Amino acid sequence: MTDRQNEAGGTDGAGALSELIVCPSCDALYKVASVPNGGRARCARCGHSLMAPRENAMARIVMLAATSLVLMTAALFFPFIEITAGGITRRTSVLDAALTFSQSLSLPLALAVAAFIIVLPVLRLVAIVYALAPMSLGWYAPPHARTALRLAEEMKPWAMAEIFVIGVAVALVKIAGLAHVGLGAAFWALALLVLVNILNDNFMCRLTLWRTLEQRSRS
Amino acid sequence: MAHARTTQPVLTAQKAGLLGCRICGRANLGTAQTCSRCGAALSRPAGLQPVLAWLLAGLIVYIPANTYPMLRTSMLGEETDSTILGGAIDLAHHGSWGVAGIVFVASILIPIAKFITIGYLAVAVHRGWPMQGRTRFHLYEIVEFIGRWSMIDVFVVAILVALVQFNLAATIAPGIAAVSFALSVIFTMLAAQAFDPRLIWQSADTDTE
Ligand SMILES: [Zn+2]
Ligand SMILES: [Zn+2]
Repeated sequence: MTDRQNEAGGTDGAGALSELIVCPSCDALYKVASVPNGGRARCARCGHSLMAPRENAMARIVMLAATSLVLMTAALFFPFIEITAGGITRRTSVLDAALTFSQSLSLPLALAVAAFIIVLPVLRLVAIVYALAPMSLGWYAPPHARTALRLAEEMKPWAMAEIFVIGVAVALVKIAGLAHVGLGAAFWALALLVLVNILNDNFMCRLTLWRTLEQRSRS
Repeated sequence: MAHARTTQPVLTAQKAGLLGCRICGRANLGTAQTCSRCGAALSRPAGLQPVLAWLLAGLIVYIPANTYPMLRTSMLGEETDSTILGGAIDLAHHGSWGVAGIVFVASILIPIAKFITIGYLAVAVHRGWPMQGRTRFHLYEIVEFIGRWSMIDVFVVAILVALVQFNLAATIAPGIAAVSFALSVIFTMLAAQAFDPRLIWQSADTDTE
């Protein structure tokens, strides 16, 4: 399922440029080939996925992102962990965990944690829904859709909700000796969120999404 | 060197006088500053200076991250400090081997492996060492993917502090190490992002010519 190695030597004019695809990992240049739905074209040199069109991909991505957004909101306000010690039960929400550092020495750390586990994941999802939802309904791309999608892409390494979930599990074990602990509703919302995100990431390749976005906003 | 290349000489965007966008894969004219499709700033393969600068910064703050306490627990008037390594060892003592393993891998193994790998890749690119297949590129991919997972320990500290805050019997406060460890992870993530993977392939390209 590999593109034939390019013979795109004479590359002139902007029209021809949009028919080319550059591997983001190794800079190899290819001519866009038509890949059937469900297929996948990989870079012959480094193996990066270049084209992987899927049926109704846009609609599914939007639905998954919207689902994540709902789960994220739930995860924010419901407690994700409850601890009982000496007859007192205490529940902690994600917001509490993010804001907790602000009382102690490290306000910058509080801001960073809040950004990593709340602000960036939420912004990312909002940007994806904004950029792609109108198109999934068959409309044109909204203004600045490309900027929104690019920002979502650039934020990706810094949105760490899934890492936070593992952190909760570790904290649970650490504190198990001190008190009786249980997982709250928000933990399950977050765990589900991680699953949804993994599905979303593997669903359609990034470059295909961009090509579709470009085609839809031009017409 | 016969096995060094699995494909015939590859036409890269750079050789064709074009600039590839690393976000969306669009080919842009060599003179372009931003990508015509997604608007991302287009970078010509830069030097290794930013990579080494971030790496050095990450390495420097990694030292206090290990020597200072990550958590200060006071229980019934008794204060105990625990470092990153101490925390992992404590968990192992309580029999939680799996979780101790996670903490050890995320907070100690991954950061150290990252420093060594990025350093090695930078030297290899700088010296133009011939490529052995795709190994070096896979190393880069692994480093880029795995680096953020080191943040686990910082989140654990945040959660513990939040949980125990109003419990009068015990209080837990973050130590200096929590801040410097978070910074170290951020700096090395920036180092990995500043590393242009095209440089890794370039040593293979010049090999071919
Ligand atoms: Zn490639
Ligand atoms: Zn682009």
